[in-house]
Amino acid sequence: MSEFLLLLISTALVNNVVLIKFLGLCPVMGVSKNLDSALGMGMATTFVLTLAAAASWMLEHWLLVPLRLEFLRILSFILVIASVVQFTEMFIRKASPGLYRSLGIYLPLITTNCAVLGVALLNVQQQHSFFWSLSYAFGSAVGFTLVLMIFAGLRERIALARVPAAFSGAPIAFIAISLLALAFMGFSGLNV
Amino acid sequence: MGFMEKFFGLSWGIHPEDHKRPAADAAVRVMPTPERLYVSLAQHLGAPALPAVLVGQKVAKGDLLANPRGPVSAAIHAPTSGLVAAIGEIPAPHPSGLPVLAVTLEADGQDAWSEALAACADPFALPPDEISRRVAAAGVVGMGGATFPSALKLASSRKAKVTTLIVNGGECEPYLSCDDRLMRDEAGAIVDGIRLMLHASGAKEAIAGIEDNKPEAIAAMRQAAAVHGEVRVCPIPARYPLGSEKQLILVLTGKEIPAGRLPGDAGVVVHNVGTAKAVHEALRFGRPLVSRLLTVNGGAVRNPGNIVVPVGALVEDVLAFAGGCATEPARLIMGGPMMGLSLPHARVPVVKGASGILALAGAEAADHREEACIRCVSCVRACPMGLLPLEMARHVRGGDLEGAAKLGLRDCIACGCCAYVCPAHIPLVQYFAHAKGALAAEERARARAGAAKKLAQAKSERLAREAREKAELAARRKAEREAARAAEAASSARSAKSAAAAETAAEGTPA
Amino acid sequence: MIAASLSLTILGAALGLVLGIAGRFLAVEANARVAELESLLPGTNCGQCGFPGCSGAAAALAEGHAAPTCCPPGGRAVARALAEKLGVSLDLSGVDDEGPKLAVVAEDLCIGCCRCVKSCPTDAILGAPKQIHNVLREACTGCAACVEQCLTEAILIQPVPVSLPHWVMPRPAAA
Repeated sequence: MSEFLLLLISTALVNNVVLIKFLGLCPVMGVSKNLDSALGMGMATTFVLTLAAAASWMLEHWLLVPLRLEFLRILSFILVIASVVQFTEMFIRKASPGLYRSLGIYLPLITTNCAVLGVALLNVQQQHSFFWSLSYAFGSAVGFTLVLMIFAGLRERIALARVPAAFSGAPIAFIAISLLALAFMGFSGLNV
Repeated sequence: MGFMEKFFGLSWGIHPEDHKRPAADAAVRVMPTPERLYVSLAQHLGAPALPAVLVGQKVAKGDLLANPRGPVSAAIHAPTSGLVAAIGEIPAPHPSGLPVLAVTLEADGQDAWSEALAACADPFALPPDEISRRVAAAGVVGMGGATFPSALKLASSRKAKVTTLIVNGGECEPYLSCDDRLMRDEAGAIVDGIRLMLHASGAKEAIAGIEDNKPEAIAAMRQAAAVHGEVRVCPIPARYPLGSEKQLILVLTGKEIPAGRLPGDAGVVVHNVGTAKAVHEALRFGRPLVSRLLTVNGGAVRNPGNIVVPVGALVEDVLAFAGGCATEPARLIMGGPMMGLSLPHARVPVVKGASGILALAGAEAADHREEACIRCVSCVRACPMGLLPLEMARHVRGGDLEGAAKLGLRDCIACGCCAYVCPAHIPLVQYFAHAKGALAAEERARARAGAAKKLAQAKSERLAREAREKAELAARRKAEREAARAAEAASSARSAKSAAAAETAAEGTPA
Repeated sequence: MIAASLSLTILGAALGLVLGIAGRFLAVEANARVAELESLLPGTNCGQCGFPGCSGAAAALAEGHAAPTCCPPGGRAVARALAEKLGVSLDLSGVDDEGPKLAVVAEDLCIGCCRCVKSCPTDAILGAPKQIHNVLREACTGCAACVEQCLTEAILIQPVPVSLPHWVMPRPAAA
């Protein structure tokens, strides 16, 4: 049990998927304008990431490895991820139109969220067991959501602050997220 | 009062230098009626009054000039006898300098009261309804500056079953001393007015809250109220903005009025001492509200003091009567320095709610350069409503009015404490005034759009109905025509048949 | 090679089948959305957006053929509400919103032809044949539907004059 807890903390904070591995930067920059949609995006990504990890594990171990088709890994993973995203989109559209509207065009973007593919590939590379991959994916997604929300909170404040004209908009956001990345490095400690 | 306030004193509010004396100690002067008076028709909260006189008409002092329009409005009376010279637009006593409709009176110099005014020897014999009716007829509005029609307040407090009448003698604004002076000089009339308002509102007791920097006023009021058990005088600490309705109620009764609610919901109603005096005048002598005591003060004024001014006198005439200005005033303000209205120039008329005219000298009206907020939260500590002025201002500056409204912008009483204490000189109240105005404009636009939608729907329904009726009419006409034709055909057939029958009958009959 | 293409094909077909079935079960009624959008529009059917009335504009918006800024009488407020409902970000700089507007009849040019009266979606213009027409300020939305109808160019669209109770204190200039 404590191993899983450690794994969660490690994936969410120490090896944060956004700030340490630099995966999934597109939605972090794109959907972090307000806290509500950041939370929605985080939840959707968590759902997709966990589901995609499970699906890709099954694909890898039940199809690709037995048939010696490992060279199709990236191609087939993308196929599976795209379907899972499509399914999620339909489901959210039906279940929660409000969330669907607030996520807007960003929901299909999860398809190209490299964190999703990255985590699935890392799972294979590190030869995780099924539950271990699930936890790994879930922990990474929690880390992603955490960073997205922290950053959205920062940007909500930045939007109202008086920023010098040359820095306003994207530049100040990049400066803020780089400082955030520096702060997250503190979790792993500096190995000088 | 909350726990903190009870043990540690009031945490909110500010303590500005009060500048009340020597103006407060000078004897009251009465300003003679100037040649022309400009009586604004929008001197009260609510819809502007509707003129009831014609140009060229002669009026006596106290005659009705304009009728209230709509539920929230007040009557306006002639401040002197004379001729109605014009009814038209004049610059309003307002920072915008926009025009307002006004009745211009040419004084005849007699200043004779109308004979129609009926004095009443024993107003306590009148039913409460009649008292509020007479108060309404006298055009009495809240004299503290909010100018809410007093009769409405009396009637609604009866409906809300109010138990406590609070009389506001706080006068917490710096520079102003007209209420102080009124209480010192006319305590008897005020207490009589309070007792009349008690009678009219159905409240059991009255508490007069007076700040403890006015010991003479407290003594005078205590003396006048001594014989009447139901009126209690209660000194309160001198602190701005204790003269604000909700803050006064909190300090005197310990009741906090929730956001968006009225004092009536807590069984309390607040009236100003000036209003009590006006109610006394209206009922005892039948005299409408046509003049008021106001403070002329400020560093630029040569001879500051309290003056009885007819409503409609120009600010420049009032300043001239007060002895003129020693220096060119850096800023003219109607009302107090914290919440008053900055005037664009002195050619604007005095209105019923004007508690003071301040001509501030350069040093008093110093403008500071706005600097960046350092998040010291001085404004949060000073805010009497418990809001976060720095956060609200940030949202307003960023154009996020809804965000500011979520932080409680609508509860802001615009007292100006936040801007007063701000070390960065951020004009916080101006931000809030702008945001409130802009939100109200959005609200109006929404209401307008809703109304337009209804109208458009009504038109399309009307067109549809007209088309249907036309079609029906055409169908009916057609049916009628058909019926007529059929009848014609039938009758012709019948006549032919009867003719034939007659023929056969004729044939059949034996000759 | 054959195994690879076969397995990918099968995989794709299976996933497509699942999605197709899900799409049938999780279908969303599109009409509710159009109605929601239409309720945000002014509803005067003035036609300035180029679509047949507000319901046409709502349908176009729902299908993505129209931008949220397509409604000139609605100004920024409507554009913002539409963008929020559609879930798109919005550049308001292109919308010229100079505040509410009114139609005004120039009395020396009006010939009393009643054409504008019929065109007004809110019945805001009063007039009888050969009498000078007038605009009811409270009912006029400034949609300018009447301007094109006027033969003598007697109708002008003007901003609503600021009056005392409607005055908004200007925002303090940032230092």
